[in-house]
Amino acid sequence: MTRSTIELPVTADDYRIARYAAAAIALTVAEAALPSPLPGIKPGLANIIVLVVLARYGWRDAAWVSLLRVVAGSLVIGQFLAPGFFLALAGALCSLAVLALAQHLPPRVFGPVSASVLAAFAHIGGQIALARVWLVPHDGVFYLLPLFATAALVFGTINGLVAARLLAAAVATPATPSSVKAAS
Amino acid sequence: MHTDLLRELLAHATGDGHLPWRRLLKPGDWLLLVCAAALVAASFPLLWRGGVADRAIVRRDGQLVTELALNLPRKYEVIGAIGTTVIEVQPGRARVLSDPGPRQYCVQQGWLTRANAVAICAPNHVTLQLAGRSGQNGAYDTLNY
Repeated sequence: MTRSTIELPVTADDYRIARYAAAAIALTVAEAALPSPLPGIKPGLANIIVLVVLARYGWRDAAWVSLLRVVAGSLVIGQFLAPGFFLALAGALCSLAVLALAQHLPPRVFGPVSASVLAAFAHIGGQIALARVWLVPHDGVFYLLPLFATAALVFGTINGLVAARLLAAAVATPATPSSVKAAS
Repeated sequence: MHTDLLRELLAHATGDGHLPWRRLLKPGDWLLLVCAAALVAASFPLLWRGGVADRAIVRRDGQLVTELALNLPRKYEVIGAIGTTVIEVQPGRARVLSDPGPRQYCVQQGWLTRANAVAICAPNHVTLQLAGRSGQNGAYDTLNY
């Protein structure tokens, strides 16, 4: 008999991304249990993790965590390939595109809160655009835009503050030298 | 390795020995928040003027015949005083497709798209009116183009 063991080489990057993605997925699942006044209005707590990863490890890792979160999170809550999954994917792709630009803002003037609010607006923008093209083929969806924009502003600010506090705490009290080295 | 993020979250949830929240905001953050808040506030009056119609109201002799939601294409026939008026609905708009009236004014009006727009087929005693979601019809009685 031949032993067929497939060895996939796993790097430290993979472990790190998986760890953060797991935290993001846990927040997605916890959030799915919260009641929502309107479909699509959610705190988006998993984006806190994406913001922390973006600040510490850069855009590539943040994109991995964000997209793994969307795919695996939707599998866990049973939404995979349902309309909600595609809306979340559109939102995640748009906010990643905006974060790719926002990370070049001067860090002395703009903190994680700016990145968070910009990403939140991009998120609802992507969702509404997809909903308009695909799910609700007339301009009635734009009627909900003020509500979505208000939610994006409020939750974007809160998530950004939480991310900023996590990042500030990690810099103030470095747990291990390696985490500081990786963040710089 | 770096610290576990969930443990981090729990440890910092108690929040002792941390910067106050407002210190976490940099000048650019404040600027962006003020601009975003202004944009959001401006979006309410811009988008909530009741301009978007979401249903068509069909009346005969002033009596409500039916209300049609403007999200699915369909046709609706109303028996009027001198014949049958056919209403056509498409996503976001509605029109009188055909009418037995001699001058065809309501047919030639074409598609109605704005809330409170109305097409009147007087000979057949049938009217088609669009209504917005807000229901605040105080500003205009009717709108025609």
